[in-house]
Amino acid sequence: MADYKALYQEVILDHNKRPRNFGTLENASHHAEGHNPLCGDHISVALSLDRECIERIAFQGESCAICKASASMMTSAVKGKTRADAEILIQEFLAMATGKLNLDGPNHIGRLAVFAGVCNLPTRVKCAILPWHTLHAAFNSVASTSTEAEKDPMHAPIGNA
Amino acid sequence: MNARQAELTRPSLTGTAAATGAFDVERVRADFPILQLRIEGKPLVYLDNAASSQMPQPVIDRLLRYQTTQHANIHRAVHTLSEVATAEFEQARRKLQRFINAPEEREVIFTSGTTDAINLVMHGYGRKFIKAGDEIILTTLEHHSNIVPWQMLAEETGAKIRVVPINDAGELLIDEYENLFNERTKLVGVMHVSNALGSINPVKQMIAFAHAHGVRVLVDGAQAVPHLQVDVQDLDCDFYTFSGHKLCGPTGIGVLYGKAALLEKMQPFKGGGDMILSVSFEKTVYNTIPHKFEAGTPPIAAAIGLGAAVDYLSAIGMEVIAAHELDLLNYATEQMTRMPGVRIIGTARNKAAVISFTVDGVHPHDVGTLLNQEGIAVRTGHHCAQPVMQRFKVPATSRASFAFYNNMAEVDALIAGIRSVQKVFA
Repeated sequence: MADYKALYQEVILDHNKRPRNFGTLENASHHAEGHNPLCGDHISVALSLDRECIERIAFQGESCAICKASASMMTSAVKGKTRADAEILIQEFLAMATGKLNLDGPNHIGRLAVFAGVCNLPTRVKCAILPWHTLHAAFNSVASTSTEAEKDPMHAPIGNA
Repeated sequence: MNARQAELTRPSLTGTAAATGAFDVERVRADFPILQLRIEGKPLVYLDNAASSQMPQPVIDRLLRYQTTQHANIHRAVHTLSEVATAEFEQARRKLQRFINAPEEREVIFTSGTTDAINLVMHGYGRKFIKAGDEIILTTLEHHSNIVPWQMLAEETGAKIRVVPINDAGELLIDEYENLFNERTKLVGVMHVSNALGSINPVKQMIAFAHAHGVRVLVDGAQAVPHLQVDVQDLDCDFYTFSGHKLCGPTGIGVLYGKAALLEKMQPFKGGGDMILSVSFEKTVYNTIPHKFEAGTPPIAAAIGLGAAVDYLSAIGMEVIAAHELDLLNYATEQMTRMPGVRIIGTARNKAAVISFTVDGVHPHDVGTLLNQEGIAVRTGHHCAQPVMQRFKVPATSRASFAFYNNMAEVDALIAGIRSVQKVFA
């Protein structure tokens, strides 16, 4: 049974209320827009790479608490990491959100495990993964992404997630 | 328990609810088995009736009886079962005819739902009679199902779409509506009751104005028929559409009412069996209405189930239903208006029991997930009415939509649920 209380726990509510790295970024080297047309969630992610390292990152947008907290914690988690490490984390997060990651096995999820419960709420999975899709799109300089059609996590997760 | 036993345990096909004169919501609730469910350990509070309503036992029993003892294909074979199924199917058509007071039974066409019915009018009437430069009037309130087919037609033919605006209460601006008419206006498409806001539109007045200008009117009645006494002759609408599953009936069935003279002039929408009189490779002769528009084997069980559903509703009485729902609406509105941080979107003077709302600082999807934790089912999102959301500058709302089987205790549960959402996000 879905454990909603576990999902809306303090850390998520806190990141929703006081999102980290929220705002715009001047001279960003990579940028993408993410959109979930079904619920109207809309966020943008901008970052600046120094060689292969994420030097600065910020996000902005209108979204539900799950999406906003996910974006806030994502930006905190990937800041200072290499692009390759961030891509690994993206795949692990997508796998976790769709219930395909063994949290007891080796992984880099850490505090992001607070989102594990979302896999029991099929209608909310997209909220949690939108920022991660958008970060992935930004790395690949895709101008915009969406949680629908071929990007729909319930049908075709990105990569091997 | 088999179908016959199921019926024996219930003395009347109209259910226990109609047995007494006065409306007793608890007796009505006893007719709906799904209301006994517990969700997340709490009693189900089902407030998503505008999306789909629940089914009472007499309708469930009727479906079972049809499938158990009466099923065969219709309008075809000479054997007994086919005759029984045909008679029951056509009997259901007559029940629907009486329910909306259509003059003739051939004016009632079974479709798969409201969307299908509107698409039928678009293809059958629109593609034949609406040309480049002609204008179609729609309203800001429309459901996507009464927007997109007309956009498809406009794209194909070069016709234009004009849109009636609304005020801050969610009411159509009738002066603006009347100003949209000109010699190129060919059709008005308007919903009777707004699914997103609950506004009851003055369709009778709008139809009279359109007819004075020689313009046909399609009324999308999906949200009206379950809650109001609808009389298509009194409205004088040219087309009226609705769905079975919002009317305590099954999914996959709906109705298009159309004036016979118009239906006869229209071209068929789908080709196939049942819609023809004769077929040769040189020439096919179409069947008469309503069969001209009912190609292929229809959802026979669903049509018969819908017939049982309107029997059930009629036995309670649509006026009784409307009165109870108005009590629910007034009580819920009064409670929610007093709640700090809660904003009701859609405050039309004439309103059905639909409350769209926002909670300050909380996204509707979070509201929906947290209310579900309390067993409360509401809809969150844009309600297939994105122009309405744009008008009120919100990406989405939460929507509580009531039916006659909801009670005051469920309104209290909703209010308490919203309070607990606010507490989580405090």
